Amino acid sequence: MNVLLAAAAATLFAIGTYLVIQRKLSRIIIGIGLLSHGTNILFIISGRRGTAPLIGNGPAAGYADPLPQAMALTAIVISFASTAFLLALAYRSWILTDDDEVEDDVTDRLVARGGFADEEVEDASDEGEDSSDFPELEGSPERDGSPAAEGTPEGDLEHLADTGPERGAP
Amino acid sequence: MNAALLTLPILLPLLGAGASMIAGRSKAAQRVIALAVLTVTTALSIALLVLVDRDGTITSQAGGWPAPIGITLVADRLSAIMLLLAEVMLLAVLLYAIGQPGAERNHVGFQSVYLILAAGVAASFLTGDLFNLFVAFEMMLTASYVLITLGARRDQVRAGMTYVVISLLASVLLLTALALIYSATGTVNLADLSLRMEGLSPGLRTAFALFLLLIFGIKAGLFPLFFWLPDSYPTAPSAVTAVFAGLLTKVGVYAIIRTQTLLFPVDIRPQQLILWIAGATMLVGVLGAIAQADVKRILSFHIVSQIGYMVMGLGLFTVAGIAGAIFYIIHHIVVKTTLFLTGGLIEHVGGSGRLSRVGNMVKTVPFVAVLFLVPALSLAGIPPLSGFVAKFALVSAGTESERYWLVAVSILVSLFTLFSMMKIWSGVFWSPAEEAPDVEPHRVGRLGGPVLMIAPTAALAALSVVIALFAGPLYGLSERAAVDLLDPARYVSAVMGP
Repeated sequence: MNVLLAAAAATLFAIGTYLVIQRKLSRIIIGIGLLSHGTNILFIISGRRGTAPLIGNGPAAGYADPLPQAMALTAIVISFASTAFLLALAYRSWILTDDDEVEDDVTDRLVARGGFADEEVEDASDEGEDSSDFPELEGSPERDGSPAAEGTPEGDLEHLADTGPERGAP
Repeated sequence: MNAALLTLPILLPLLGAGASMIAGRSKAAQRVIALAVLTVTTALSIALLVLVDRDGTITSQAGGWPAPIGITLVADRLSAIMLLLAEVMLLAVLLYAIGQPGAERNHVGFQSVYLILAAGVAASFLTGDLFNLFVAFEMMLTASYVLITLGARRDQVRAGMTYVVISLLASVLLLTALALIYSATGTVNLADLSLRMEGLSPGLRTAFALFLLLIFGIKAGLFPLFFWLPDSYPTAPSAVTAVFAGLLTKVGVYAIIRTQTLLFPVDIRPQQLILWIAGATMLVGVLGAIAQADVKRILSFHIVSQIGYMVMGLGLFTVAGIAGAIFYIIHHIVVKTTLFLTGGLIEHVGGSGRLSRVGNMVKTVPFVAVLFLVPALSLAGIPPLSGFVAKFALVSAGTESERYWLVAVSILVSLFTLFSMMKIWSGVFWSPAEEAPDVEPHRVGRLGGPVLMIAPTAALAALSVVIALFAGPLYGLSERAAVDLLDPARYVSAVMGP
């Protein structure tokens, strides 16, 4: 029985891990749900098996351990709340970007391209194949000092989000 | 008396959160409730620290059930110090948030969520139970999820996703660790665990030590698990980032210190690994900071770098090392919160946090420049400020333990810290702005901002100077806390009875 439960927990962990490393938030949410199910099964295994722990229900030595069940219940409630919050976040992301993909940090991308820290990239021609991924950036306010209103983080995001990798057809 | 001191810092904010929700859309009532609750809990935590320092560890068993069965609340010197610092920061940042246009004014739930965060932080410091530590973490983190995405702007949602998913993964791992530990030992009470761990095989105990280090390392932002931190912190409103920077990662550090010293004997602790991680965290964090060009992002990378110093003190596992780490935490929480509040002032005054888009502030708002310079020099460890004392304590502890390479790394990192602080200084305060700011700058008076934003920042900056002035007594307190930590038998006998 324990081997079966352990195998179930392992399977849930495996599928959960696979889903968590996806880029879509909806898949990540399902993955986290599966991971916490796996953990709950681990909790159930960790206690002693026996009769229901109610006074008058046989000798106390034969009772099942009630503590892991209580902890699993608490964990279920907490993961329920977190999942609800994540779903709301995914919905909000859908409204804002028509997608629930976890995007890269804009500043990280700029730093990775070597341009952000010094605020301009004069040697942009050296990294031709890199910048072809982000054609919009060539004309971004970072470079040519066009009006700063477009240079807000939201503005940068618009540029990058339109050209981000792995984006499916709308 | 003990029960009241230990439970009220958790219960009052929760009740306050409820009351604040009932108060609904009346901002004034919500502010009064939140300020009153945090003032009372601050007073309580002062009383708690005085009491604990005089009489030693105090405990409270919920419902009168004796130790491994009931829910245990424990305050030893370390938790009392952490609790007091947390309450002072929460109170100061709440004042700042009230003063800042737009931080809490536009959001109905801000005060309630903020109080739940306060309850979660207090519960993590006071709990004597690994499972309740998980619950306290969840309370704190759930509140932080809401706070970080409160504006629901596009960048906040993006940063919030990373933050929430990483935190949830860490929580699932913590639960897994709890299930494994429970099945191996049959308890989750920390004191009881400390006793029963001795019955396990060394391999299993090492595995648990590493597992807990990994989980709390994610929460604390240790190398190589820190990447979520500079990614998500800068997008939140300044007041929220300040309280996150001051408190959340430090709760992770507290959990690392607590579990590694209490649960695992000397030969099981992954000491060498912790020291390497400490060095790498310091170095990578500060190098990340140098590459940035935005005030809040520079400061966020510095959080990571500073966590390395605290873990370095822990990794030495000597009284001097841990006392240095505790003193460093005291210094760091105050200074880091002040710096983020000043960062908020810079954005308020200049309309941007990008170094190239603000400038010349030493002329326009000289007082803000002072408020930045004091904690910035302190962070870099310039004498006679508090950072110098903290770093000196760690360096001398490191030399005592003959870990010269780590001492060298820590001194090198101080130099880099000074460099990036001066980068902010020259970019924001000395040189003229090269580009126009993101938004229209606020009109400022002679002070440089609304009084309610300036006053808490100035108070915290003054507090960091006070820490340096009273470094002797504070280091003495840290040393007594370290002695407690290195002798787990005291904690165990306080909880389980003699």
